[in-house]
Amino acid sequence: MHIDTANRLATQQSALSRALDNRHFLGVVFLLPAAALLLVFLTYPLGLGTWLGFTDTKIGRGGAWIGIENFEFLWGDEVTRLALFNTLFYTVVASTVKFGLGLWLALLLNKHLPFKAFLRAIVLLPFIVPTALSAIAFWWIYDSQFSIVSWTLMKMGVIHEYIDFLGSPWNARFATIAANIWRGVPFVAICLLAGLQTISPSYYEAASLDGASDWQQFRHVTLPLLTPIIAVVMTFSVLFTFTDFQLIYVLTRGGPLNATHLMATLSFQRAIPGGALGEGAAIATAMVPFLLAAIMFSYFGLQRRAWQQGGADS
Amino acid sequence: MSEFKRRRFLKSTAAVAAGAAAGPLIWSSDASAQWSNAPEKGATLRVLRWKRFVQGDEDQYLVNARKFTEKYGIPVRVDSESWEDVRPKAAVAANAGAGPDIILSTNDDADLYPDKLVDMTDVATYLGKKYGGWYPVCEKYLKHGSKWIGVPLGCAGNAIVYRESQVKAAGFDKFPRDTDGFLKLMKALKEKGTPGGFALGHATGDQAWAHWLFWAFGGKLVNEKNQVVIDSPETLKALEYAKELYPTFVPGTLSWQDPNNNKAFLDGQISVTANGISIYYAAKMSPDPKLQDIAKDIQHANFPIGPAGVPTEFNLFLNQMVFKYSKYPKAAKEFIRFMMEEEQYGPWMTASIGYVCHPLQAYEKNPIWTSDPKHTPYREAMKVMRPLGYAGEMGYASAGCIADFIILDMVAEAASGSKTPKEAAERAQKRAERYYKV
Repeated sequence: MHIDTANRLATQQSALSRALDNRHFLGVVFLLPAAALLLVFLTYPLGLGTWLGFTDTKIGRGGAWIGIENFEFLWGDEVTRLALFNTLFYTVVASTVKFGLGLWLALLLNKHLPFKAFLRAIVLLPFIVPTALSAIAFWWIYDSQFSIVSWTLMKMGVIHEYIDFLGSPWNARFATIAANIWRGVPFVAICLLAGLQTISPSYYEAASLDGASDWQQFRHVTLPLLTPIIAVVMTFSVLFTFTDFQLIYVLTRGGPLNATHLMATLSFQRAIPGGALGEGAAIATAMVPFLLAAIMFSYFGLQRRAWQQGGADS
Repeated sequence: MSEFKRRRFLKSTAAVAAGAAAGPLIWSSDASAQWSNAPEKGATLRVLRWKRFVQGDEDQYLVNARKFTEKYGIPVRVDSESWEDVRPKAAVAANAGAGPDIILSTNDDADLYPDKLVDMTDVATYLGKKYGGWYPVCEKYLKHGSKWIGVPLGCAGNAIVYRESQVKAAGFDKFPRDTDGFLKLMKALKEKGTPGGFALGHATGDQAWAHWLFWAFGGKLVNEKNQVVIDSPETLKALEYAKELYPTFVPGTLSWQDPNNNKAFLDGQISVTANGISIYYAAKMSPDPKLQDIAKDIQHANFPIGPAGVPTEFNLFLNQMVFKYSKYPKAAKEFIRFMMEEEQYGPWMTASIGYVCHPLQAYEKNPIWTSDPKHTPYREAMKVMRPLGYAGEMGYASAGCIADFIILDMVAEAASGSKTPKEAAERAQKRAERYYKV
């Protein structure tokens, strides 16, 4: 009995220290701050946003649950449909071009060029400039009265009246896409360049000894080894492009005739200046499936191990 | 050093105060205008307002705020943000129950959260009695039943801004007073190679002219019962007119946002546009002789009157709201009253050369409106303007419709020919019905 009590005391005293020796318990403790941060700043807003999409909340007034009414309306709403089309068009065209140009630039920068470090720094510039700032620069470049591009072409006698960059629907779409590409290429290029530098030169040596042409080296050495990076970079690039806001907001506010409204800008317009928080949230929520699809595609489509290692799909 | 600065500051503000006091008082004080209010002890105030459009406005506003602090010992912090950002911030403040004590915002904001606002009936009644009454449109914006939910600050008046010489050269001695004459003028200007231009992009402020056009022909967003009636024969007439007007514009107006017409006008590229007095102000204040010449040539006119037979102008309404979460509502009331009194409001109007049109009728005698005849058209802004969401009630629906550019998109679609007037009107009808939930 005497020993029993002593044992119990010892057990009680060391419960904490024993718990702290337990890897699982300690793991949970260490995880807590990060988990709390994620919960408060990520899960909660996302959950709240999704929930708002199913309500008729207005700014300054709480809302009631209305099920999928917002989504039903949005499906029938021409402006939202146009915004969806614009967003998909914007994302597909801009991402494709950004990938092409980015890869090309990365391959160039990977070669032994004079002033290599300097050139690499220059390439990053568009990415460093704050988006709102570069957007304002583009706004002037595209201005219907003061465009430097139009002015130059006029002086050269190529055109006879100023180009209406942002004033006609298709011009405006391509003009905003061009601005997005200018801004997004450096990100793709620098990331791919990092990927290229991890590829061991011995592969190229072996390939050239085997008599592989430049194109064959690129196709069978560079590309497979670069795929994991491409998957990650392009996922990010697509996500950034799909959710673009600042550029459109500065350049056109979604005009002319809603031709450049993206889901993000329309969501803002309806939710904040328009006060229809619920509907705006619904538009934002409607973007999620597309974003998930993009992630899934890169995850399952581009991350397959067999392909990366040069094998065929089974 | 700091003592010196403080003294200099006191001296300069005293000079301003003396100047204001020495000036003739323009109102005949109503004996029944009584004001009694005791601001809370230890009060401090935070004011959020829209960022100035003309420098003089901000400078004088801050001078007035400092005068208030000196007189009542209540420190006031004034923050300014772009006017389009104040709106969401005010809504969030109302929703969250925390933020600036006083917010100066725009349009129908107060109607979005009337129960979050302090009852301002005493301030509004006092000021109204003392200064000849509020223009009727103020009540549409801020009076709920017998209760004022905010105090009007005025409106940013919109008028036609034109180059006198170019309009004369096109064969018009005076700016046309009706829509038919206006169309003829615009066509003549285009032929002369000096076209006009009005914003058709998503210009939050400069979309006002599209509302004028739509209303001038008798079009309405909703009727008195808040039923959407955009798709009407009157609207179609307005849109047919817009279609005829658009080819006379300088190219690129579909992309125009708020600053574009100012830039194009000051560069001499357009002869006619619609704007606040800020174009004239910028030209007049510029040291550039080229702009000085333009300033001399600038004239202003009220918008032409259409088949509706009455002025149908639309201006940016400016309000002052005190939020219920404020710990010092009485101090806030005192501040708003103080800023609206002749001693402060008069110099403020003068300093912003009439950018803000007064909401109190007595202020139409302010010398700013007549000291330069070019200011005079802006004097009428508050008197003739139509309220947002005409002819219905204000609230979420009217706010949503203007933020979603329903009228502007409709006019732009019909004008540019991307839709027929009928299609554009039907589309606008459908979009507006969503907000008014048929």
